[in-house]
Amino acid sequence: MRALAWHGKHDVRVDTVDDPEILNPRDCIIKVTSTAICGSDLHLYDGYIPTMQKGDILGHEFMGEVVETGPKSTLKKGQRVVVPFTIACGSCYHCGKHQYSACDNGLPADNQDIAQELYGQPMSGLFGYSHMTGGYAGGQAEYVRVPFSDVGPIVIPDGVEDEKVLFLSDILPTGWQAAENADIEPGDTVAVWGCGPVGLFSIQSAFLMGAERVIAIDHFPHRLELAKKFGAETINFEQSAVYEALMEMTGGIGPDAVIDSVGLEAHGFFVDNVIDQIKKSTFLGTDRIHSIRQAIIACRKGGRVSMPAVYGGFVDKFPLGAFMEKGLTLKTGQTHVQHYMPALLNAIMEDKIDTTFLISHRMALEDAPKGYKMFHDNQNEVTKVVLKPDFAAAV
Amino acid sequence: MPGDTEIHPGDDAPLAASKRDTAIDEATESLIEPKGDALSGRAVTINRPLPELFAYWRDFTNLATFMDNVVSVSPIDPKRSHWVVKAPGGKTVEWDAAITEEQENRFIAWASEPGADVANSGRIDFRDAGARGTVVTATILYDPPAGTVGKLIAKMFQREPAIQSRRDLRRFKQLMETGEIATASRTRAELAEERD
Repeated sequence: MRALAWHGKHDVRVDTVDDPEILNPRDCIIKVTSTAICGSDLHLYDGYIPTMQKGDILGHEFMGEVVETGPKSTLKKGQRVVVPFTIACGSCYHCGKHQYSACDNGLPADNQDIAQELYGQPMSGLFGYSHMTGGYAGGQAEYVRVPFSDVGPIVIPDGVEDEKVLFLSDILPTGWQAAENADIEPGDTVAVWGCGPVGLFSIQSAFLMGAERVIAIDHFPHRLELAKKFGAETINFEQSAVYEALMEMTGGIGPDAVIDSVGLEAHGFFVDNVIDQIKKSTFLGTDRIHSIRQAIIACRKGGRVSMPAVYGGFVDKFPLGAFMEKGLTLKTGQTHVQHYMPALLNAIMEDKIDTTFLISHRMALEDAPKGYKMFHDNQNEVTKVVLKPDFAAAV
Repeated sequence: MPGDTEIHPGDDAPLAASKRDTAIDEATESLIEPKGDALSGRAVTINRPLPELFAYWRDFTNLATFMDNVVSVSPIDPKRSHWVVKAPGGKTVEWDAAITEEQENRFIAWASEPGADVANSGRIDFRDAGARGTVVTATILYDPPAGTVGKLIAKMFQREPAIQSRRDLRRFKQLMETGEIATASRTRAELAEERD
């Protein structure tokens, strides 16, 4: 089959590799019909994530048709499914509590050592995201082996086009969980840092959960426009001072809840990378590491901090004093995708949530390397690239 | 069981986490028949009923399904079994082991018999953890092959018993909870290489 493989920094190629096979009873094989490039794939592209190996197949936002099933899979050939990016068993204690991204059994036993050393306990596996998260081949490919297919993939009714449901795989549940973690109360003002896909989905989710106002913060004009379309007020941090603006806009109170969907964007998972980036930021004052600090300072007393943004290691100058003195609450974590999928599919079917607005580019899988470069170089215009294995390559 | 540390007031930590020089001796006391001087211990909670886990483990022929380095365990008689285990450099080592003591649904203690390639002994404890299932604790004492250098080499090949037992327990948990052992391999050929 053809698959997008990582070869090094800014070097991804579409290679011909062996087709995947059923290896465990609960596996299925899907033929990919749509797969997206995630902002977090750019961390791999930029070479910031260690434990990558040449030839690793990328991609964790994908869907397709079931073409083969193991004896314990509950899926049937021909069904269309969206696959969660988190690989979770559904049978352990954490899955029982619907904490799927904390699954005990998603990672192969040997791969659990690194995460255990770094985080204290290993987390679930992830598709296409380095060997630290399992080394599973990803979905930017013609075919994918999907473990635990009896609990992960969600079946999509006939007649619903891919693009309406593809983002159930990651960014829609991630945005939803971010808003849920903000414990929004009716009448709240919620501030969202970062208008990437997760930020934009958490804006929509926050309104659905009863927020009266959402204030979106970014510096890409096109993304701020999209936030505005969903009813958010906006702050362009290149043109206005964020803390001052938020205090004025909330009558001196500060937002009731703050959502950081920026994170250590250009930061890797490992201590040395993170320290390196922190050193950089100390001198250069990047805005990215700034977002969580700014969110904590702006948040109203007794307010809530939700952090869907990916952080991997250590952060210094974390405003622990402000956090304690103001009595804030912080909720965070990788997304428990399986928990949110059914309700969010319903919301899509009932037209309560639209996700298709996000897609700015559609390309053949064969053109994926161009897609990565384009996404990397122009994050204002390029909001989402969807790859189609059955599209002919552009000439 | 190991970890009953009444003699250390104010420290209930299990012996495998101990910084005290006496930890190995103390663990040895619980092992009935000590073999070797390297101690490895690990507890894992498995979301399955205790009797099911005990029964699976007690049938030693099952151990090769989740113990990565174990090629086979063949029963000799109700108390004794013959072990064939992978060693660095594509070799195997073999020994006979005997159950030194056991209590159904509580623990199994074993020791290798004289002449073993790698002398070892240990015990596996099963404790009911209510709604969370069962806590399984493995305590293994072994004599690393060819001393420190041998241990380093074994570590390089990831055949080191302390690493191996930790991973084996995770595989046991996976098999019992999910009915399979997680793999990121894509093809049968890759899987065969991984399990080799």
